[in-house]
Amino acid sequence: MGPTKTEDDVAAIAKRWKNKRGSLIMALHGLQDRYGYVPREAAMSLGEAMDVPLARIYEVLTFYNYFRLEAPGKHVVSVCMGTACYLKGAPQLLDDASARLGIRPGETSPDGEYHLQVVRCVGCCGLAPVVTVNGKLLAKVTAETLEASMTPAGAPSRAGTSAAGGAPGTAGTPAAAGAAESQRA
Amino acid sequence: MLTMTDKIQATINGLPVEVRAGTTILDAARQVSVHIPTLCKHPDLDATAACGMCIVRVAGSSKMLRACCTPVEQEMEITTENPEIIQVRRTVIEMILSKHPNECLTCGRNQNCELQTLAADFGLREICLDSVVPDLSIDDTTKAVVLDPRKCITCGRCIQVCQQIQDVWALSFLQRGFDTRIAPAGDIHLADSPCVRCGQCSAHCPTGAIVEYDNTQEVWDNLLDPDTYCVAQLAPAVRVAIGEAFGFPIGTNLTGKTYAALRRMGFDAVFDTNFGADLTIMEEAHEFVERFTNAKSVLPLITTCCPSWVDFMEKFHDDMIPHFSSCKSPQAMVGALAKTYYAEKMGLDPAKVFVVSIMPCTAKKFEIIRSKSMRSSGFQDVDVSLTTRELARMIKQSGINFPAVKEEQPDHLLGAYTGAGTIFGTTGGVMEAALRTSYYLLTGANPPRIDFQATRGLNGVKEGSTVIDGHEVRFAVAHGLGNVETVLNRVRAARDAGEPPAYHFIEVMACPGGCVGGGGQPYGVTDGLRAKRAAGLYQDDQAGLWRCAHENPYVQKLYDDFLGEPLGEKSEQLLHTSYRSRPTYRR
Repeated sequence: MGPTKTEDDVAAIAKRWKNKRGSLIMALHGLQDRYGYVPREAAMSLGEAMDVPLARIYEVLTFYNYFRLEAPGKHVVSVCMGTACYLKGAPQLLDDASARLGIRPGETSPDGEYHLQVVRCVGCCGLAPVVTVNGKLLAKVTAETLEASMTPAGAPSRAGTSAAGGAPGTAGTPAAAGAAESQRA
Repeated sequence: MLTMTDKIQATINGLPVEVRAGTTILDAARQVSVHIPTLCKHPDLDATAACGMCIVRVAGSSKMLRACCTPVEQEMEITTENPEIIQVRRTVIEMILSKHPNECLTCGRNQNCELQTLAADFGLREICLDSVVPDLSIDDTTKAVVLDPRKCITCGRCIQVCQQIQDVWALSFLQRGFDTRIAPAGDIHLADSPCVRCGQCSAHCPTGAIVEYDNTQEVWDNLLDPDTYCVAQLAPAVRVAIGEAFGFPIGTNLTGKTYAALRRMGFDAVFDTNFGADLTIMEEAHEFVERFTNAKSVLPLITTCCPSWVDFMEKFHDDMIPHFSSCKSPQAMVGALAKTYYAEKMGLDPAKVFVVSIMPCTAKKFEIIRSKSMRSSGFQDVDVSLTTRELARMIKQSGINFPAVKEEQPDHLLGAYTGAGTIFGTTGGVMEAALRTSYYLLTGANPPRIDFQATRGLNGVKEGSTVIDGHEVRFAVAHGLGNVETVLNRVRAARDAGEPPAYHFIEVMACPGGCVGGGGQPYGVTDGLRAKRAAGLYQDDQAGLWRCAHENPYVQKLYDDFLGEPLGEKSEQLLHTSYRSRPTYRR
C-alpha cells in the first residue's frame, strides 16, 4: 500500500522543517493550517518524519493553547485573553459566549457549528477587547456585538481552512504561539 | 575562564568551603554537612529547579537562588537558613499541599513519602490556601504501575527517567502552569503507550503519584484458602534490598530470614529464583556454545531475563529478535517447574498450586502473562508477581518480627543455588555467570579465574573479551535502556558491513544497576545504594560452596530425573519462549 494522502501532506511539511533546529512549532502550525487542527495520525507521522518523539510533540501541542487537537466547528470563535483584553472585560465575554453556545472553551458544539477557544494576544491591544470569528477581527467587543456575531447571519464565512482561529497581525503565525511561550507559569 | 579542575572558595553559613568549578551550592553544602531541604532534585537526575525548596541567599544578589542548579562562584557568601528563607520554604510546601490530596493514611507511600517527610519536618499544622486538588483519574491500565496524577507535584523526575535514562518516552508533561500534569502523549492510557513497565518512574517519584500495582490481596486470599498449595520464589536482588524496609544496613543479605518470613505468612513451600537463574544459565550457555561453535549461527546472542528489555526490543528493535536467547527468565522457569516437576515429585494437583514470585521488578507482573508460553505447565506458570516493596508490606502486616526471625533453608528441589545464580541480580551478573559455564562447556573445566571483573560496576556500557579454548569471546553489558542503542548500533554496523560480529554475547538489563536498582525495590535508589546492594550479592557469590551454575546438584538432579538434557524436548517446552514484533508509535 502506498502512502496515504495524510502521509503525503505531512511528509511535505516535515521536509520543509526537518533539520532546522527549533522548528517543531512551525511544522505543527503547518499541520494545523492544513487540517484546521492537529489530528493524532498526522502528529504521529510528523514525529516519524522529523524524528521527534510523540511525547515531545504533545508536550508542545498542549503547552500552547493555540493548537487544537480536535476538529474545530464550522465557525471558530476566539476570545483574546491577553492582558489588555483581560482588563477590558474579556473574561465576561468568554463566559457570555460559553453560555450562549453551551460549550466550554476548547470545545465544539455538538452540532459542529461553533468552536470556542481562548487565544493569548492577537497583537492589536489598542482594539481591546478583541474577539475573532473565523479569522475576522471584532474590535472593542460588547456583549451585544458578540451576540450578533454568533447568529447565523452575523457569522463571517470561513476564508478557507487555513484561517481557522487566525487573525490579522501576528495571530495565526508562529509568532503568536511564540508569544504564548513567555506566559508559562 | 575557569575549568573543572579549578578550585573555588566560598562560605556557606560562615563555614569556608572549597569546591571544584561547576559544583552547585547544594553539593557544596553537603560537603560541609549543611542540610538544604530539597524535593524535586534526585541524585540520579539533572536539576530541574521545579519546586523551589532549596532556595538560598547569596550576599549581593537581590533574588533568592535555587541551590540545586546554581554553581558556586568565587568568594560567594551563601546563607542557607534564616527566618526569611524558612518562611519562603514553608510557603512553597503549603502551595504544593494545597494541590495535593489529603489521603496520606491510605496512600502507597504513607511513611515513605518525600513530601510527607518535608511537611512533617516543617511542622505544618494548617494550610492557609484553599484546596484545589485537580480532578484527574487514576491510570492502572498497565497492571504494573499505577499513575495517580492528582498526587503529582510536577517535579518531572519520572519524565526525565522515562525519556532520558530509559529512552522510552511513555510519560510526558501535558498542558502548562497550574494545569500541568503527567500523562502519556495525548492523554492515552499508559498501556497503549510505549511504556515497558520498568517502574523506574515509581522508583524515582517523591510521592504516591506513581506506585506499583498492588497484588497483595490476591496473595492473602490464596494463602487463606486451605485447598491451595502456595509456593513462593525469591528473586536474586530482593534478598539484599528487603532489609532496608526493616532498618538493616543497605546490602545486607537476608535470604534465610526471608524464606522463614514467607513460611510464617503461610507459604507451603519456598523456592529460590536463583535456582531458576542457574537453570537459565545451563540452557543459555548451551545455546551460546551451540551458536559460538557453528559458523553459520546468528551472533551475538542477547540475554532475555529482563521483561522490560524484552518488551522494549519487541517494540523498538525487532530486527534483533533472531539474536535473542529463547530462554525464559528464571522466574518463568521456576513457575513452570513448580507446576510440573515439583507437583509430580510431591504428588500435588498442579491446578491447586499457586505460584507467587517476589521480584525487584514491576515488569514481572506483565511478564507472567506476556505470551502463551507463560502457560507451559498447562496453567499460568506464575500466578502473581509481587515487588520487594509489596513483600515488605506483607511482612509488616503479618506482624512478623523480621529482624528476630531465625534463618531457614529453601525447599531444595527448586531452591538450592550457586553464586552464579545470585549475581543475576546485578548488572553484568548474567554475563559473568554465563561465561563461567560456557568456559566449562567449551573446555571441560571451570575457568582459572571465576571472577570476570570486566562485567562488573556501574558504567552504563561495559565491554570486554576473554579467551576460551583459544577463541576470543567478545561481550558487552548494558543497563539503563538509554544505553542499549549504542551497543545495538555497533551490532548493526558490523552486520551491515559484512564484518565479524561486534560482540558474541550481550547482556541487557532495563534498570540502571540491573535488578538491584529495579523499579519494585525499596525507595531511595542512588548509585551508592545500587553498588552496596550489588556488593551484597557478590559476597553471597563468594561465600557459596558452588560458584558455577553447572555445579548445582539440584539442577543436575532436575535434568536426571525430569528434563533430560539442556535444549532437549522437555526443556524446550517448559523453559523456552519466542518473541514477536509489537510495533508502537514512534517514541
